[in-house]
Amino acid sequence: MRGQGRGLQVYAALYLLFLYAPIILLPLFAFNSGTIIAFPLQGFTTGWFAQMWANATLRTALTNSLIIAVSASILATCLGIFAARASTRFEFPGKGGMMGFILLPMVLPEIIVAMSLLVVLLGMGVQLSILTVIVGHTLICMPYAIAILTTAFSSLDKSLEEAAYDLGETRWSAFRLITLPLVMPGIISSLLISFTISLDEFIIAFFLAGNQPTLPTYIFSQLRFPKQIPMIMALGTALVALSIVLLALGEYFRRRGNARMGGNPTGGFL
Amino acid sequence: MAKGLDAQARQGYALIAPPFLYALLILAAPLLTILTYSFLTDGYLEVVRDFTLANYVQVWTDPIVRTVMMRSLTVSALVTLVTVLLAFPVAYYVSFMVRPEKKATWLFLITIPFWTSYLIRVFLWKVILGYNGVINSSLTGLGIIDEPLTFILYNVNSIVITLAHAYAPFAILPIFVALEKIDRSLLEAGRDLGESRAMTFWRVTLPLAMPGVLAAVLIVFIPTIGDYVTPELIGGGKIPMIANLIQVQMLALDNRPLGSALAVTAMAIVALVSVVFLFINRRFLKVRL
Repeated sequence: MRGQGRGLQVYAALYLLFLYAPIILLPLFAFNSGTIIAFPLQGFTTGWFAQMWANATLRTALTNSLIIAVSASILATCLGIFAARASTRFEFPGKGGMMGFILLPMVLPEIIVAMSLLVVLLGMGVQLSILTVIVGHTLICMPYAIAILTTAFSSLDKSLEEAAYDLGETRWSAFRLITLPLVMPGIISSLLISFTISLDEFIIAFFLAGNQPTLPTYIFSQLRFPKQIPMIMALGTALVALSIVLLALGEYFRRRGNARMGGNPTGGFL
Repeated sequence: MAKGLDAQARQGYALIAPPFLYALLILAAPLLTILTYSFLTDGYLEVVRDFTLANYVQVWTDPIVRTVMMRSLTVSALVTLVTVLLAFPVAYYVSFMVRPEKKATWLFLITIPFWTSYLIRVFLWKVILGYNGVINSSLTGLGIIDEPLTFILYNVNSIVITLAHAYAPFAILPIFVALEKIDRSLLEAGRDLGESRAMTFWRVTLPLAMPGVLAAVLIVFIPTIGDYVTPELIGGGKIPMIANLIQVQMLALDNRPLGSALAVTAMAIVALVSVVFLFINRRFLKVRL
């Protein structure tokens, strides 16, 4: 038993190394004064971060991405609350099929989603802007929001709500006073995950943003220029740090939500 | 009772309506549009409303399309195989060897890299695998090899490695969930009845974990077929996959009917492969405890 466990443990550690290899390299190159992304490293510098900070296009791209990510995460979470509530609380014919269809963007290749949406928008003569990206991002964030919110709603004790009805609360006030506070950690977690997905989404932003830059499309456009790469590495480091903070917050709220409802602490984001 | 069910159903429909209508409007309508476009004729700057099968004939006879389609399928199949094979032991380790209170932390660690900038991760794999990359420069630096390894340079192998990295959590999580559901007493029973550890794994654990493995296969296979970024960045646009071809037809060449026919064909092939795969493995899906 122990021998087998040790072998697997070593393997799991190596696998984690494989998963983290790019992320470990990122800060190395971001603080490296050499202009070429290769070993051996040169000296230490924070110059790339200064260059990043002073970049006006990057700032526009960041603003756009933040607007898109905030809007899409709120919309996806609101729609997700409806779906999660419907699927955990009510039985009705065709539920499985409808839920499956709503969750479809999770497995559908993004290029198909982006291209078909683009064709329709162009056909209707809609001006491409960050608005069209918000529409697309809401669609692809919704399944993730639903997955998280379904977990939150399903661990909810139905009798708490019924007690509220018995005590004279209306359906809406019971939802607002009892259900909503109990699933709040799930909602916050869903907002954070949707925000992170939208902030990093490239394909839909690339095709639906028109000439508006977002962070990923800006990064993509700069990767062709070797001179810009160190700055992109600095940007990547900042983004990784931000993602980790957001995810740690999301995880914290998810666990707190589970603990509050006496659920088990395992289970991931998906 | 029947009336109660009706009221419940009505409430359910009312609740599910907003997200369902949104998906209908933003997903189903566009998908139907490209399905329609694929049967129409391409005119200059517009789509002519003449029914035709010419787009499909072109898609199915063009040797370039066939090469790219075969490459996409091969790459996706390889990525799926590599990802699932590499992921299974990790999922097994976390489910069976890690103490319960540490499991969430392990899953958290596994998912973190997935949430960091996809583009930058792909680019960094190019840096790791490249001609003067991390692997080649350290191996030549250590004197292990004289010439840089060429089999990982800007080719299909490097695309496979990059994608296997990108989809790792998608494979680990469903397998982990399936393993977690296995009643541990079944394994003890297998052992008590005189099976060896390996045979218990082969005859009890693996069949019970198969629904998770099947989910992992599909959840990796389907999106990788449509990956646009990796061939673009790693292959430098020289080894396109089907997504790149669709994009070129739709936008650069402005032939929307042909692009639509390509997209529909790709989706049909993916759906067919998935259905056949599930059919072959249907006996595992019947396993219920």
